[in-house]
Amino acid sequence: MIAILDYGVGNLFSLRSSFAAIGATAVVTADPAVIHAADKLILPGVGAFEDAARKLRDSGLDVVLKEEAAKGKPLMGICLGMQLLFEKSYEYGEHEGLGLLKGSILPFAEHIEKNYKIPHIGWNKLSLKKDIPLWKYVNEGDYVYFVHSFFAELSEEHTAASAEYGITFTAAVAKDNVYGCQFHPEKSGNVGLGILRGFCEAEGL
Amino acid sequence: MITKRIIPCLDVKNGRVVKGVNFEGLADVSSPVSLAKYYSENGADELVFYDITASAEGRALFTDALREVASQIFIPLTVGGGINTVEDFDRVLKCGADKVSVNSGAIRRPELISEAAKLYGDQCVVISADVKRVDGVFRVFAKGGRENTGMEAISWIKHCVELGAGEVVVNSIDTDGVKGGFDLEMLRAVSDAVNVPVIASGGAGCIAHFTELFQEIPDVDAGLAASIFHFGEVKIPDLKKTLAAEGICVRI
Repeated sequence: MIAILDYGVGNLFSLRSSFAAIGATAVVTADPAVIHAADKLILPGVGAFEDAARKLRDSGLDVVLKEEAAKGKPLMGICLGMQLLFEKSYEYGEHEGLGLLKGSILPFAEHIEKNYKIPHIGWNKLSLKKDIPLWKYVNEGDYVYFVHSFFAELSEEHTAASAEYGITFTAAVAKDNVYGCQFHPEKSGNVGLGILRGFCEAEGL
Repeated sequence: MITKRIIPCLDVKNGRVVKGVNFEGLADVSSPVSLAKYYSENGADELVFYDITASAEGRALFTDALREVASQIFIPLTVGGGINTVEDFDRVLKCGADKVSVNSGAIRRPELISEAAKLYGDQCVVISADVKRVDGVFRVFAKGGRENTGMEAISWIKHCVELGAGEVVVNSIDTDGVKGGFDLEMLRAVSDAVNVPVIASGGAGCIAHFTELFQEIPDVDAGLAASIFHFGEVKIPDLKKTLAAEGICVRI
């Protein structure tokens, strides 16, 4: 069973439906007992980093999530959920994240030329950097759907795929049992469903 | 690099797709789900569902249909038609819409844009403008293009973006239905004025019109059309193949 963490951020309809479409059982929950019992965890998120990080802390799910990650349970952050895995974000100020991955989230506006539109919205190409379960059904150069204004820097340690938008940025992360996608697999057609399937098949530590 | 998007638009009345869709091999041509599936499997990058229902019953049927589509189709979905309040945003977002397009609702009450952008993010709010030349000036029309609001279109669109609209659909009433090509002059004026994605609508009659659009105005992000896709006059896989051959970045 996959637990999709519900901490009051974003719309989980498509995410839940996409797991159903690949035959996986996913529940949307904020119950620590259900999260402990789950095989895998999804940390969703849309909106502002500061607000989401606060809601995650207020719900106490930040602690639960870190405990489960330390136990080796596979978890995947999606979009803002991926960004929350990092130490901090410079989205309108400086805000602390979960710190499961080293590094920071930076604004596109300060790192790419003015002629690029922000947010980065649309289909963009993945360049795969690591051999991980998420890519089991994905090919180099496959397109996925992005919507974001802030990005994670590249890292030898955890960048699992990169994409280009005025700069080369981290499109997906993987470090041990911690995964994340900057894009929306639940909106990326068959490629996205393949990524979710790959995650469902990922082994814990 | 980000791709140019090709977006079919489906008009829905009482939960069924209307305005003659004509596909061979598609059993139920007015089922939103089978059509959405067809387009999703044939290269559409995004889908727009436009609710043209007027009644409350019809609106409920629309949200039912939307929920069914969103539970089976995993590409971005934009919903428009009858969006007048933040509650309307909430209603369609809960059923799986990713973006919500506002038109007359924003003309009546522009704050709708800022309220929704604050709650759901700029990326969620699309301003759709029906624009027509009147004595050489671009004017915004309301009520499905029937009523001249008197507002100058470019400044109206700029204002909507300032309020928080994250994307603009420009529908040229002058070229709509003519099939003589997109309204390049109008689209260029809008593209020069805003720095959010611009979606061109109105006037596409053949593949060459899309090539012309993206070559002439590289800043335009997407081309939207309805009947030419529904009647199979332009097949999206063929369209994308041609665009790619012309060096235009598309998802194939």
